[in-house]
Amino acid sequence: MSIASTNGHGLSTAVPVATHAKVDTAGLAEKVSIKNLEFFYGDSRALKGISLSLYANKTTAFIGPSGCGKSTLLRILNRMYDLYPGQRATGDVIFDGDNLLRADQDINLLRARIGMVFQKPTPFPMSIYENIAFGVRLYESLPKAELDARVESALRRAALWDEVKDKLNANGQSLSGGQQQRLCIARTVAVKPEVILFDEPCSALDPISTAKIEELIDELKQDYTIVIVTHNMQQAARVSDFTAFMYLGELIEFGATETLFTTPKDSRTQAYITGRFG
Amino acid sequence: MAEHTLKRFDEELERLSSTISEMGGLAETALTQCLVALRQSDSEVAEQVIAADARVDALDIAVQEQTVKLLALRQPMAVDLRVILSSIKIAAALERIADYAKNTAKRTIVLNNVTAPPAAVTGIDRLGRLVRTALKDVLDAFAQGDVAKAHDVWTRDEEIDQVYTGLFRELLTYMMEDPRTITSCTHLLFMAKNIERAGDHVTNIAELVSFRTTGHGFDETRPKGSASLYAAGNAS
Amino acid sequence: MANASLATTSPRYARRRRRNAVYKTLAWIATGFGLGWLVLILGILLFHGVGGLSLAVFTENTPPPGAAGGLLNAITGSLIITVLAVAIGTPIGILAGTYLAEYGRHDKLSSVVRFINDILLSAPSIVVGLFIYEIMVAPMGHFSGWAGAVALAVIVIPVVVRTTEDMLTLVPDTLREAAASIGLPRALMIMRIAYRAASAGIVTGILLAIARISGETAPLLFTALNNQFFSVNMNQPMPSLPVVIFQFALSPYEEWQKLAWTGALLITVTVLALSVIARSLTSARKSS
Repeated sequence: MSIASTNGHGLSTAVPVATHAKVDTAGLAEKVSIKNLEFFYGDSRALKGISLSLYANKTTAFIGPSGCGKSTLLRILNRMYDLYPGQRATGDVIFDGDNLLRADQDINLLRARIGMVFQKPTPFPMSIYENIAFGVRLYESLPKAELDARVESALRRAALWDEVKDKLNANGQSLSGGQQQRLCIARTVAVKPEVILFDEPCSALDPISTAKIEELIDELKQDYTIVIVTHNMQQAARVSDFTAFMYLGELIEFGATETLFTTPKDSRTQAYITGRFG
Repeated sequence: MAEHTLKRFDEELERLSSTISEMGGLAETALTQCLVALRQSDSEVAEQVIAADARVDALDIAVQEQTVKLLALRQPMAVDLRVILSSIKIAAALERIADYAKNTAKRTIVLNNVTAPPAAVTGIDRLGRLVRTALKDVLDAFAQGDVAKAHDVWTRDEEIDQVYTGLFRELLTYMMEDPRTITSCTHLLFMAKNIERAGDHVTNIAELVSFRTTGHGFDETRPKGSASLYAAGNAS
Repeated sequence: MANASLATTSPRYARRRRRNAVYKTLAWIATGFGLGWLVLILGILLFHGVGGLSLAVFTENTPPPGAAGGLLNAITGSLIITVLAVAIGTPIGILAGTYLAEYGRHDKLSSVVRFINDILLSAPSIVVGLFIYEIMVAPMGHFSGWAGAVALAVIVIPVVVRTTEDMLTLVPDTLREAAASIGLPRALMIMRIAYRAASAGIVTGILLAIARISGETAPLLFTALNNQFFSVNMNQPMPSLPVVIFQFALSPYEEWQKLAWTGALLITVTVLALSVIARSLTSARKSS
């Protein structure tokens, strides 16, 4: 990096093209590959030419100021936008060799393979057991004993088993906020997805619940590929292996978290993470 | 670079920066004055230098406290983090430089009771001035965030080392010629070493100035002008 | 240092207090006025109706003029017609409400449907009765229980459509997205999740519809007419409580008038009970 192309403070003054820091991807498998993704709300273009890779068994974080398109991008990965008319996406999102944007994609099956946890905990209006068994029953018909085991393992995975094992028949909505969110995670995990998407999972929770869920995400990484959208930079720094910084619908910088937060390549990234934005 | 949205953060960083600048100024003065004391064999000036070191030590502790507070309360990232971390190291380097100046002043007092070869004293003075200029320049580079200037100071270390090596040989020569000068020359030798070490710390500060802005030091291997000194079989 | 405008002894504050007292009194008087009439109505009903309450009311049919009897056939007839009306109207209403809330939230058809539904909601029930007369009674050549049930169903439908749509719209979209995110197809999501979440509200809607049609007289006049005998034959005129009350209250016979009061009391108590149940369902929902 030559000093000649820097401003007085030695910061690069290079502009628009997304900066991809040299990522050590030697031993990494690409789980989802996004190429030239564009997204439209009606006529307005919300995402402009996004290209990035999500690596298997790693956590990737999307950060950026409000309205930058990070949640929009996340919701494309499980085609959640299909629920709403007037929203469409173009480009390639290759998941296991298959473009999940194609029109004849079996969306329900896709959503079973790419699960999502939302900002506001939304347990179904059923018992805790039912909340989890519900999803499992959609795809498999298991005998009661196996179903019980699945429910238990999902709750254990979500670090919730010890707290609810005596009240599996209680209404899911009677739990505390942090517990409800973990229930939602258990529900997602129970259908054995390959990728789990988190849309600001901790923004409605207190610090202790947040820490528990971050720890959970760390453990889940071993078996799943995780993508998390967060407006809390420190959380992105704690939790993720790779970070993508977005602004106004564009991908500004993508790289290993430790590089992006210590020596970001783009001045806008630096401005955002050091609190010099706006 | 734009200002932080939280103005107080900028103020605190400013305060940190000025504390270091103050330390730098004091180190510079210490270095200058210890050379004056040496040149003029003035024990009073030497005593002043020794007394002034306490203030530098106090500022070093202040920098440490400020950085701990900033790290805990501000969760700094990227450039802010580098700036704050490098501040600790720069303060430590400045504190060492001031210490070396103090030690040199102490030896000057001792030296006033014996006679020293005037040529050697001139040599030390010359070495001292080089280091003092380097210190001044690196402090300017720090204040302005000027990486190019810091690089320039960084390259001058070679020259300082060469002068030191020459001085080393000179003092050995004096000692070999006239054993009566051994006491004074040994003191001078230590003083030279102190000043040379101070010069090394100035080079460290130059690298830290680069680190603050770019995230890395200078790529080339540090120039060493003293390699010949450590060559095997070199008796003189 | 006391702030002068906050001092409780200032004239401005005293003025406010006086005004507050005046408005509070007016509010109390208005409430009393409204409640008073309600108490009066219930009181008169109880006074006149309770006297006629006896086992005979529930075991004997409507008597000929001058004789004593009961309301068995009217009660049975009302029950049959109501149940049938609900059976016809509820599925249509729920499905239509589901379409409005789930599938066609913003399309043109939905706005038209909602508009028509709102008109039907406040359509005069006598008009509904006349309409059914034209399309069912006249072609069939006679009054019938079927026609009565259909007429009441036409009144049930808009109520159920409205409450179903409102309750389903209240279910947060995040719940729907959560269901979608585990791969639940749309229809299953509506049936298993949305309905479940809105269940209390939808049931309330049905109960309120029942309460509404319990007292409808005008449509029945043109469709089921009335029957002084016990009848469960839907192809014939069907007796019903509201029509019996109408007939008996206008008559000069004292026994008939007593039975009319008793009938009115029965309907009132039923409607009251249904409303209370509906209310307790919604509050139970809120507290869970």
